[in-house]
Amino acid sequence: MLKEIRPAIVLLLVLTAITGLAYPLAMTAIAGALFPAQAQGSLIEKDGKVIGSVLIGQEFKDDKYFHGRPSATLAPDPNDSTKTVPAPYNAANSGGSNLGPTSKALADRLKEDVAKLRAENPNVPVPVDLVTTSASGLDPNISPEAAQFQVPRVAKARNLPEDQVKQLVTASTEGRLLGLLGEPRVNVLALNLALDRMAAK
Amino acid sequence: MTMIGWIQIILFCVIIVALTKPLGWYMTRVFNGERTFLSPVLRPIEAGIYGISGVDEKREQHWLTYTVAMLLFHVGGFLIIYGLMRLQAVLPFNPAGQSAVPADLSFNTAISFITNTNWQNYGGESTLSYLTQMVGLTHQNFLSAATGIVLAVALIRGFARASLRTIGNFWVDVTRCTLYILLPICVVFTLFLVWQGIPQTLGAYVEATTLEGAKQTIAVGPVASQVAIKMLGTNGGGFFNANAAHPFENPTALSNFVQMLSIFVLGAALTNVFGRMVGNQRQGWAILAVMGVLFVAGVAVCYWAEASGTTTLHALGLTGGNMEGKEVRFGIVASSLFAVITTAASCGAVNAMHDSFTALGGMIPLINMQLGEIIVGGVGAGLYGMLLFVVLAIFVAGLMVGRTPEYVGKKIEAREVKMAMLAILVLPLMYLGWTAVGVVYPAAVASMANAGPHGFTEVLYAFTSATGNNGSAFAGLTGNTLFYNLTLASAMFVGRFFMIVPAMAIAGSLAAKKSVPPSAGTFPTTGGLFVGLVVGVILIIGGLTFFPALALGPIVEHLAMNAGQVF
Repeated sequence: MLKEIRPAIVLLLVLTAITGLAYPLAMTAIAGALFPAQAQGSLIEKDGKVIGSVLIGQEFKDDKYFHGRPSATLAPDPNDSTKTVPAPYNAANSGGSNLGPTSKALADRLKEDVAKLRAENPNVPVPVDLVTTSASGLDPNISPEAAQFQVPRVAKARNLPEDQVKQLVTASTEGRLLGLLGEPRVNVLALNLALDRMAAK
Repeated sequence: MTMIGWIQIILFCVIIVALTKPLGWYMTRVFNGERTFLSPVLRPIEAGIYGISGVDEKREQHWLTYTVAMLLFHVGGFLIIYGLMRLQAVLPFNPAGQSAVPADLSFNTAISFITNTNWQNYGGESTLSYLTQMVGLTHQNFLSAATGIVLAVALIRGFARASLRTIGNFWVDVTRCTLYILLPICVVFTLFLVWQGIPQTLGAYVEATTLEGAKQTIAVGPVASQVAIKMLGTNGGGFFNANAAHPFENPTALSNFVQMLSIFVLGAALTNVFGRMVGNQRQGWAILAVMGVLFVAGVAVCYWAEASGTTTLHALGLTGGNMEGKEVRFGIVASSLFAVITTAASCGAVNAMHDSFTALGGMIPLINMQLGEIIVGGVGAGLYGMLLFVVLAIFVAGLMVGRTPEYVGKKIEAREVKMAMLAILVLPLMYLGWTAVGVVYPAAVASMANAGPHGFTEVLYAFTSATGNNGSAFAGLTGNTLFYNLTLASAMFVGRFFMIVPAMAIAGSLAAKKSVPPSAGTFPTTGGLFVGLVVGVILIIGGLTFFPALALGPIVEHLAMNAGQVF
């Protein structure tokens, strides 16, 4: 058995060096050369400043922007580091609500949010993804229905014809890959950037 | 449920079956020590590694030596992770300035990664430095996966060999598995993932100013290289807290689909390796068929439950299924499918929050893990777990006809059955026992996030996941407490090694036996009757063991939900 000790130590160190250092560092170099934008996090710049990542959702509260899904991410409480406070779309601490199907807290939250959205647009049924929190709290997408649902509010806040905003949503809608994989969706940040560009014209 | 949803599920199954044979062929060559198309590049590296570590690649080991070598390897791995986590504050590659990880959390995480569990009591982006992620976690993702695979291969050799005292050389198997199988696939897979949008950088977290003018800190890092092996090696420990639900770990529908394939592909191919090594590929297909039956049943129930939604959603007129804790780009079907795959294999990565699944939808992952993660299973671990059930099923068949049971030419006798039972019984002892403690011990009760039966399910899920070395969670449960850090670590340790050691004992005892040619009285183990028998044994043993616990958790919650009750 004693003769197994040398391989145990040496082999562990060698394989650690290969898989824990050589492999990730080499991949960083190669990926950075082949796909520089993605490797850095698919960042979007405007006027030389980073305004976010196309893959990471951000919080929108203003009526003139399309809103993303509710986010359950947290941040440390600035007054007491042992506690946490809600911090929607905190991209340094991802996570979901983890509320179960019979949770009263979830039922209450849904009731309140649905009532708010009904008041905003009573004509269309509320899309489920607009009131449920995502798994990561950073979902960059909403369903096409959830985007269309917000068209009247956004059009009114921007003094734009509804049809024009609606067309923009349709143009921003991505379908399933090869008509098969995934779900139809709208990237909220990209849609809002397109909206800003359209309003600027 | 929609037609397009089912087409995605069927497509997934078809691709896995199609990959099983070619990959099984390649892996068999690797473990038989034969030349492969990568040998010109890798053989010099391999020989160099043996040279400096003093391994004689021709010398094979007795099962006990093989097992001891494996355990020594794990002790070293444990020390590396624990040391890195405690010292990360003063080590390089720490642009976010993460401080040292507390002792109990480091202990839990080190056990978690050497046992291929990858339970996350830590929040990746808020706790760990890049060095810890790379050298500590990425490397152990490789080695714990390689260990699982080579142990399965050692057990297969036990079945395949006759009258031999040895079952292979652990050092050679681990080196070849890492160099010829895991690394090459991961290199290609990493580049694919970066192309899809996963970051791979050593740069610091990005400070962004959002369109509305708020500050957003965006965590990045060497993510893709870790995601590749965490999926392929069925490890499942995420770079980020939200794991494969995080857009940086799983940005597109395509990345999601390929990640799902990568969880199953090696485990499925191992059934073919088994068939080839025992000299009849149909033996491997029969095992894959057992796995397939249980898998498709689980997917159907989970998908149906999630698409049906909950009473709370229906009451508010919300249609389209249970989207709480799911991402829009995956939707109901890819989230349900992922949940079943990740728990059928012992991966434990999640692309949706299992805690927010419906009662019955969340019960399927739980059942998958309680059955012992034998439906394809963890790389290697799934196959040796399944072979334990096969031994038992063959034993039951032997009792029915009053003959000494045989399997692939080996007589299954008292020693094998005892060892199989030991491994199968120790698992429920861990998860049921600790759950009983967890729901009454006050410090543990405080960790539950949901009230009512869902809180019980959170605790049951945690210990089941730890014992099964899965690592997925009903993540509402606050696991980073002294109680859970220590008890979960014990469950992970027992769940891994009390399964491995009996399995290796069986391997040793089988290898030493003579091979008996099949006769008219031999129970055929390649047909539908055999598949049905194994499925039956699995469900009966599983059902008897954990049905009472399920009745207290998800089943009662489902009934309460239908009655409109909330907690």
